[in-house]
Amino acid sequence: MIIYENIRLALFSLKANKMRALLTMLGIIIGIASVIAIMTVGNSMTTSVTDSMESMGANNITVGLQQKEDEEESTEEGLQFGGPGRMKSATDDDGFTYEMLENYCETYADSIQAISASENVGSGQILDGSLYANISATGTSLGYFLANSVDILSGRFFREREFDDGSMVALISDLAVDNLFDGDDEEAVGSQIQVNIGDKYYNFTVIGIYEYDQSSAGFSSTSTKDTTTTLYMPLKTAKELTHTENYLQFTVVTATGVDTDEFVETTEEFFATYYRNNRDFEPSAYSMSSMVEEMTSMLSTITMAISVIAGIALLVGGIGVMNIMLVSITERTREIGTRKALGAPNSSIRLQFIVESIVICLVGGFIGIVLGVGLGIGLANVLGTSATPSVNSIILSLTFSMAIGVFFGYYPANKAAKMDPIEALRYE
Amino acid sequence: MERKPVIQLQDIYKRFYIGTPNELQVLNGINLTVEEGEFVAIVGQSGSGKSTLMNIIGALDRPTEGEYHLDGVDMIAAKDGELSQIRNRKIGFVFQTYNLISKTNAIKNVEMPMLYAGVSGRKRVERAKELLTLVGMEERMRHLPEELSGGQKQRVAIARAMANDPAIILADEPTGALDSATGRLVMDIFHRLHKEQGKTIVLITHSPELAEETERLITIKDGNITGERSGRNGQ
Repeated sequence: MIIYENIRLALFSLKANKMRALLTMLGIIIGIASVIAIMTVGNSMTTSVTDSMESMGANNITVGLQQKEDEEESTEEGLQFGGPGRMKSATDDDGFTYEMLENYCETYADSIQAISASENVGSGQILDGSLYANISATGTSLGYFLANSVDILSGRFFREREFDDGSMVALISDLAVDNLFDGDDEEAVGSQIQVNIGDKYYNFTVIGIYEYDQSSAGFSSTSTKDTTTTLYMPLKTAKELTHTENYLQFTVVTATGVDTDEFVETTEEFFATYYRNNRDFEPSAYSMSSMVEEMTSMLSTITMAISVIAGIALLVGGIGVMNIMLVSITERTREIGTRKALGAPNSSIRLQFIVESIVICLVGGFIGIVLGVGLGIGLANVLGTSATPSVNSIILSLTFSMAIGVFFGYYPANKAAKMDPIEALRYE
Repeated sequence: MERKPVIQLQDIYKRFYIGTPNELQVLNGINLTVEEGEFVAIVGQSGSGKSTLMNIIGALDRPTEGEYHLDGVDMIAAKDGELSQIRNRKIGFVFQTYNLISKTNAIKNVEMPMLYAGVSGRKRVERAKELLTLVGMEERMRHLPEELSGGQKQRVAIARAMANDPAIILADEPTGALDSATGRLVMDIFHRLHKEQGKTIVLITHSPELAEETERLITIKDGNITGERSGRNGQ
């Protein structure tokens, strides 16, 4: 009952000094608003990053090359620090050799489901008299089809021997069949086609037809007749056509139950042994899940750092509240004296001012939450992620602002409670 | 009629700055008894010690030496917490400067002592209305102190002093800030409370004319009671 009366009184004195109350609450409002806004944006960013990365396959490990950080050269060449001019691009000689991959597969046979590597040969056309189909020729490893779904409509898939031999066999899309064979799959499978890439002509045997996934290509060509579809050939075939032997990048599909994070390190260490003598490059492996983790931890570090700043704003706000409470009790010294003369025990004077301080902080906190959620949603929209205001942070903020109220209100309230009634009554 | 003593002061001494070279003795062994239903005036020049005496009677201060019983309670033995309860239940203060709580309307001001006594909301409002009607303020119960004249404020303050039906009403220069006409009005209320409700009233004043109106005049000078005689209304 006294509490209710105190809350009413506190709201009353807030209303009576609107401007002062607002200025006092400003620190709390800014502090809470920034905490909530940051947490909202941080949350939604983490969620969207995690979602998009997981959809890309969390169990895949991508192995590539990165430039070594070599101190050696910079001393040789004097004051030349790693500027953009010193960036080297990896050549075929730097790439992972077929032997390395084979060795890797044998060593970790249990952990690897497949290795997906591809080699882009180039864009061109399949020609048959006046008929043509635009294609982009890509050589792929067996594992590529595990990491990317490709449905065979008719004919068959590559045989292992064809991968090993580098046979001139190809999978073409149903769109290409429409253009070249008038949609007759039976005629297409087993037929010889002439493929023109750049200024070269190659002869391939069509062994199968796959379903062209329209959605993957987006809306590119004017008509289906001119749509570019992929022509798949065995990886080794493509390597021969491009006169390269090695792989600058490949993807490992891990077997189910393998700890991807651990296997990333194992993989990196395995390939590192081959690169001790390479002056410029070293292997680097990363998995989607480790990237997700890295991103998440980075985001949460940023969130934490900004939250600390917001915490300082809250602290300053709290000191502001304490300051105004001290002013308030000085102004109301006579009131305090009167209340004591009328029989208010020290405890209820203390309670009165603590409640007032809590009310200031809670009102400030509430305004801060409203502003913070609004700001957070606005920022999230600008960043193009969906906003998820965290209920936890709202509860935390309210609790925190209440705690500030108690903490910074206690000293002034106690000072009021301990006033000598005679002195207080005499106060002018 | 045998009347029971409400205030019993025995050999009350009050010293300030004890143990310093400025040690100041304000009360030099006051002996005073006020009986139930009496209307007593304590008169004295400023500096005579009457304010200090009032603070002791009002349980706002403790004497350095001596014994004090209020309505049968040993006030020397009472702890601080008990003193605030005694102020709440047994003493009704009326101040020269009214000391109403600003930004709080008349009715809430009268409710305040009852709030600290733990009286329920409905009863508080009922009693406050009753008291405000008694002092003739029924038309202005929802007014804020700043919307009231000095005399009206003092009437609200008297209603507030009566809230918990105290054993004594302690009025410190209640007409000091008022013009003579409104002062008269306020004094009439005290007389009415005394006659109609049988309230024990202790009036502290430096005005001999007002003191004359009471039943008993007690004159204080330099911390001693120097005179005691019946007033105009005395038996």
